[in-house]
Formats: sequence, structure tokens, C-alpha cells
Amino acid sequence: MRISRTAVAATAVAGLLLGLTACSSSDTGASALDSNADLSTQTLTISNWAAYYPEDLAAKFEEKFGTKVTIANHATNEEIMAKLTAGADSGIDVAFVSGQFAQALAAQGLIETLDKSFIPNEANLVPEAAELSYDKGNKYSMPYAWGTTGICYRADLMKGDEPTSWNDLLMPKPKFKGKVTMLATERWLMLPAQKALGYSINTQDEAEMGKVKDLLIKAKSNLLAYDDTTFYERLVSGEAVMVEAWDGWCNYGIAKNKNIKFVVPSEGSDLWADTMVILKTSKNKEAAHALINHIFDKDVHSWVVDNILYKVPNIPAMEKSLPALVGDFPNMGITPAELLKGEGIVDLGKASALYTRIATEVTAK
Amino acid sequence: MSFNESDAPFTWTGFSTKWYSVLVNSPNIMEGFKNTLIVAVATTIISLVLGTLLAIGLARYQKSSALEAVALTPAIFPDLALAIGLLALFTSLHITLGLHSVIISHALFCMAFITAIVRGRLAQIDSSLEEAAQDLGDSPVGTFFRVTLPSIKPALIAGGLLAFTLSLDEFVIAFFTNGPSTPTLPIVIYSMVRFGVSPEINALATVVLLISALIVTIAQRNVKVQDQI
Amino acid sequence: MAPAVKSEGRDAIKRRALLSRAVFLVPGLTYITAFMLIPLGFIIAYTFLSRGTYGGIEFIFTSENYTRALDSLYIGVLVKSILIAAAATLLAFLIGFPVAYAITKLPTNRQNIMLVLIVLPFWTNFLIRTYAWIVLLNTQGFLNKGLINIGVISQPLELLYKPGAIVLGLLYAYIPLMILPIYSSLVRIDPAMKEAAINLGATPAQAFRQVTLPLALPGVLIGAIFVFVPSVGNFIVPELLGGGKTIMVGNLIRDQFLKARDWPFGSVLALSMVIMLCALFFIQARVNRRVLGDARA
Repeated sequence: MRISRTAVAATAVAGLLLGLTACSSSDTGASALDSNADLSTQTLTISNWAAYYPEDLAAKFEEKFGTKVTIANHATNEEIMAKLTAGADSGIDVAFVSGQFAQALAAQGLIETLDKSFIPNEANLVPEAAELSYDKGNKYSMPYAWGTTGICYRADLMKGDEPTSWNDLLMPKPKFKGKVTMLATERWLMLPAQKALGYSINTQDEAEMGKVKDLLIKAKSNLLAYDDTTFYERLVSGEAVMVEAWDGWCNYGIAKNKNIKFVVPSEGSDLWADTMVILKTSKNKEAAHALINHIFDKDVHSWVVDNILYKVPNIPAMEKSLPALVGDFPNMGITPAELLKGEGIVDLGKASALYTRIATEVTAK
Repeated sequence: MSFNESDAPFTWTGFSTKWYSVLVNSPNIMEGFKNTLIVAVATTIISLVLGTLLAIGLARYQKSSALEAVALTPAIFPDLALAIGLLALFTSLHITLGLHSVIISHALFCMAFITAIVRGRLAQIDSSLEEAAQDLGDSPVGTFFRVTLPSIKPALIAGGLLAFTLSLDEFVIAFFTNGPSTPTLPIVIYSMVRFGVSPEINALATVVLLISALIVTIAQRNVKVQDQI
Repeated sequence: MAPAVKSEGRDAIKRRALLSRAVFLVPGLTYITAFMLIPLGFIIAYTFLSRGTYGGIEFIFTSENYTRALDSLYIGVLVKSILIAAAATLLAFLIGFPVAYAITKLPTNRQNIMLVLIVLPFWTNFLIRTYAWIVLLNTQGFLNKGLINIGVISQPLELLYKPGAIVLGLLYAYIPLMILPIYSSLVRIDPAMKEAAINLGATPAQAFRQVTLPLALPGVLIGAIFVFVPSVGNFIVPELLGGGKTIMVGNLIRDQFLKARDWPFGSVLALSMVIMLCALFFIQARVNRRVLGDARA
């Protein structure tokens, strides 16, 4: 008995020591790309949100370049970040992550500096998109889609009381109580309150965040639920009348029910971008660059727009797709200049612990 | 009730099997399905062997509440923490992630459940039958196969079913210990179901249900004969 | 083939005994050591380290993670989780025991079919099963629409996104895990014992209480743990059926590992849960032993 207990303790200690001496990530260093690399011998593993890309993306790329492509799905930024920062080769070559997370990955030395000579289609990039705060000049990421966050609502159920301010969402009229949802992911959970109180969405000031927390706790009692995925369904079914939503996502609701409308509240909102990054551990960097370039092709990117109903920072692609879509989906027509009025989201570094704690306090009450 | 829910696609558009064909033509889902089956079968086999051996060992050879607690801890251990710990282990040993790492991880907690069930059963079985067999000259191995195993057969079936079920459906650990190119079904479903439950998913659920029911019925038939002894 | 009783034979017996022991115990225990204890060691190691600026681990020793965990915010979440899980477990027992008992009363060939039926919902993906409740219970869902149509109520009932919905979701998810072990225990009870009790003058109720129930206890306790454990650490059900408005300790841990990427702190939370659960388990084992001992007497 004593022997077994000692053995148990010993192995736990062994694990402890192993944990302490665990190898840190090996830095492969910047490797020059081979412009004559045969892409048909390379393979690509991509991680993206489900339904956030045309279904034939992999097939079309394979057809064109001969590279075998596998697309894995992640449901949230946090999920994919956990995989990428775990400390070993995740097996992923190209990851789609929101801008502030690309920034975090770069700070940890996990992603490649992009070799723009392999991405000539960058010429299609909207000039405003080259100055995004999380990665000025797009050194290690290329924006895939961008937009803003606002209120998505049923105009027919809110006649005469259409929302114009974040406060309409946080402190709704009594008849709308219990029919409102907010986004659950931290940064977007804080957004409405931060803007309603006039703060920056990147604030690290504890006093300000304290007020944000109080407002969010008050708002919680009016909520139906926190939801970042099925909120548009709730609008369609009528279970909710007002939801916090990303613009593109609201379009999925509009597609199902023409009474749904999107509005950017008067206090302003954010500017988010979902980007493509290449992992340093990738052994298929040429194919990875080719993918990014391929997506920025005007026809491919336009096909993306048609499929996912989000705006992309690609001039010819938007020119191609916009006319057909903007009638039904007005928020597709938000211009880059207007988008830039939104505040760019950046990574919070050490302050993200503060945000997590506040999010916990709000949801735990 | 479960049939009612999984047959939701039928109630709206009328009876239609079109969603099933969508399903079969969806490579993502089929891939996930295949991977999940591989993992579940391998996990069940490994955990049955390890778990049963351990249960017998604890019941007959080394009665120790400390060891019993250790043997059952994998079932208790929060799956998220286990997932992270295993990930840390695999990465520091430079093991590339894939279905094998999922199988190893699943077998761990499935084994604990089987140990628990078999152990619970053994606690109620009189060991005198085994002792009698040994006195009559049977070897421990022989006793094991001819006396012990048959007497715990129902526990083995219950345990095996449980292990298969747990592995089939397990999401958290699989998510962390799997490689990106071999998703299991729960992982595929998780990314799809965030958009609400589409009819394909309902059809998928029904299919999995039926297949599992089939496997279980066949297994049950085979065992019943021996159960009469 | 009687073994010769020479000193050589006795050693052979001893060696065989040792070998049998090893054969049974070593594979399982080694596996657990390698894949649970060592990872556990990693987690314990992490609890003493610091979070890197962008997540990940920095090798700076600190006990700050522990002091942080004692904050009333986190203790509150832990307590709430225990209460919700306990409610689900209790309900699972109250419903599950009669069901398991009823199954044992069926003719043997029917028993297996019933067991399969019980387990069947379990074969459906957990996420889908949970979503099914949302479809059923939401204000525009089947139940409310049905009740309104019949005229029982005029306004939809707000059944979802409350702690009660979480208990229901957990109950539905894990009740097979209560039924199977109870059945396994019940079915092995020698009916002769019950008959003996009745012959000695006990009423069926007394026989049930003093013979059946204690002998079924191992199964009940295992079932209770099988339901309580995944319930308390669950994060999917509180997220979906609780609308994200009620967080349990599983959500906390997940958030630390995924959102905050604060592995050291998350490890402390996970560890505290493990310790609590192990303690519960020891208690169960002791109770088990004592009651079983009585029943055998």
C-alpha cells in the first residue's frame, strides 16, 4: 500500500519535472521561399470558421495548383488560438483568425512574415485596409473579410421603436425585455457598454472597465441569452426582436426574413477584420502564399462575397459582387471610409486578463 | 422522444429522404463519421482489455482503496483539464496529433468506467467459485477464461456499450488531442451546429442512432445464448 | 495436476501468484500513470507558473494563482455548479432507480431490448440532444405552441435560459449513466435473499429496504458519480440551455484555457475540482464498504 502511494507520488513528480522542462517552441527562423516550388507536391491544411468560405474553395484550389487541401473548422478565435499556441506543430498551415489574434500570434513569433512577391494580387487591396491597427502594412496577415458590429433587429416587430443607440439594446423598453441577445465573445460582449459610455473598445483603464461591468450586469437582466451563433435564427422565429450582431451575420437573417434590418448605433462601433496568417511551422509555405494570393484574385474573392455575404477589402471583387447584393443586403454597401470610422480592435496584451475577469463576473451574477 | 426530435426534418417538408442524400454527398461529414468509428472501436477494445484486467486485479489480488481511487480517477477527471494535460504530454514528446492520440486519450477514461462497472459486479460475486476452480487444478489463466469472464459477461457488455457510446460522442478531449485533418464527428457537428440544427444534422443523428442500434442488437443476440448458462 | 508440495513448488506458486497479480494490475495501472498521472503532473507544474503576455507559459514561479482562486467570485461559481449537478443527480436517481428496477422485473429476453432503448438517446450526439431541448422548450417551440393551441396558457412560458433548464439538460444527458450501473447491481442480487427475508417474516417493503436497496447501493453510488461528475464540469449545457447567463465551473475552466489563455490559473481551477471530486469519491468508497459489510453480515 505504501509502495503504491509512493509510486503514485513519484510519477506525479516526474510529470511535474517533465512539465517544467518541456521544450519551448523551436524557432525555425525565416526561410526564403522557392519561387519554383512544385505546388502539386505540397499539401495545405487550413483552419477557418464553418460556412465562412465557399464550399468548393478547396476543390478549386486543388484543380488549379494540384495541392491537396484540407479545411478544418474552428468555432471561435479562442479555439484556434489554443491549438496554435499549444507549443508544438499544430499541423495547420494557414489559419483564419481575427486581426487582434493575428497580432497576438505575431508577438509570440508563431507566424510568418508574408513574402509579398508571392502575393501579387495584393494590388487589389483596398488602400484603407493596409493601415489596420493590428497589423499596419499587413506584414504578417492579409485581411480576408472585414466589417463592423451593430444591432440586427426585426423592423416589423419594433415599429416606431427602432433602435438607434447601444442603450436601446442594453436597456430596452419593457415590451422588448427578454427578447434581446448579446454576443458572448469577450471583446464583443464589452463593446456595446464601452461605446454607450463613450470609452474606447481597447481601453485598459480599470475604472472605466468597472463602469462597463456594472452596465453589463444591469443589461443582463433584460437578456434572453448570450449568443454568438444562432442569434439571427432567433430573430427569424421572433423569439428575439433585437440582437447584437456582426454585419455579415445579420445578412443571413435578412436572407430569411426581409423584415430584418441592420443598424450601426449612433455612438459608433468597431472595425473588425478576419485575416489569413501562415504558421511558421508550416512546411508548405509556397502553397500557403499561393492560397492567399488565390483568394485575393478578383473572381475568387467575389465568389467568397457571394457565398458568405460579408464585405471583403478587395476593390475589383466588391465591384463585381456588390451591385447584385446591395439591394437586399444594404450593409454590404458600407464603404471602406465609413468602416474606418469604426474603432479598430487591437490585442490587449496583459489587460486581456482584466476583460476575462469582468466577463466572468458579468456572466456569473 | 429521441425519435421525435431527430425526425424533425420530416415534420415540415413532408416525408423526404433528400437530406440523407445530402448527407452522403458531404465529404466532411462522412470523413468525420469514419474517423469516429475507428476511434470508438479501437477505444472500446483497448479499454475493455485494460479495464477488465484492472478490475479483476483490484477485486482479487490487491484490495486497496487508494488504488481503486486511482483506477477510477480518469472517469472523474474534468475532461478539459485532461485534454490540456494530454496535449502538453504529447507535444513535449513530439508526438504528432492524429486519431491515435485521440484513441489513447479516450481509452483512458473509458477504461475507468469499465473498471468501475466490472468492479461493482465482482464485488457481488462470490470468489469461492474461482477458488474452487483453482483448487481443482485450473491455472489462474484458465480460471480467468472459464470462470471469471463468463460470470462478469453482463458487466462486460454494459461496460463495452458504455465505452463505445462515450467515445462516439466525446468532444472535448478529441478536440484538443486530435490532428486538424482527421476530425471526428462531434467536432464536425460542433462547427456545423453553431448555425442551428440543420436537417442534414438531424438526418445524421438518425443514421448514427440506427447504426448504433443495429450494432447493439447484433451484439446482444450473440451474447444472449451464452447468458442462459 | 496437483502441485508437489516441495519448497521448489511453493516458490513456483508464489511466482505464479506474483505473475498473475502483475498481469492483471500492471497494464491498467501503467496506462493510467502514463496518460493521467503524468499529465496531472504537468497541470500541477503549470499552477506554479505564470501566464505569458499573450498566453502560454512563462517559467516564473508564483503562488498568485492559488490566492486568486480563493476569490468569492470563483468560489460562488463552484458552489452553484455543485448545487446544479447535485439536483440533476438526485433527479436522475429518483427517476433512474425505478426504471432500472422495472427492467429487472421484465423477462430476461426483454431486458436487453429495454436497456438498448434506454441507451439509444445516448447514441445521438450530445450537442444535438441538447439543441433538441431548445427546439422543444423555447418560446416559439413545440411545447409552448402546443400549450397555447390547447388554450392552457396565453403567453409562452419562459422555460429556457434558466438554471432549471440546465438541470433538465444534464438530467436527460446523463440519466442512462445512472440506470446502467443500478441495473448491473440489481440484476446480480440473488432473488433467494429476498425470499429468505420474506420467509423470515418481512413485508415486501421491508425486504426491499433492508435487502434490495443496500445490495443495490454500489450501483447507485457509482451511478451518482457518473452523473454528478460530468454534470459539474459541463460547459456545453450551461452555455446552450442556460443561455450563457449561468456559468458553471466547467465554463470557467474552459474560458481560462481558451479565452484568457491563462493556463496557470485554469490549471488551479481544474485542480481544485479534481481534489473536491476525489474527496467525494473517498467518502463514497467508505460508505460503500460499510454498508456492503452490513449487508453481507
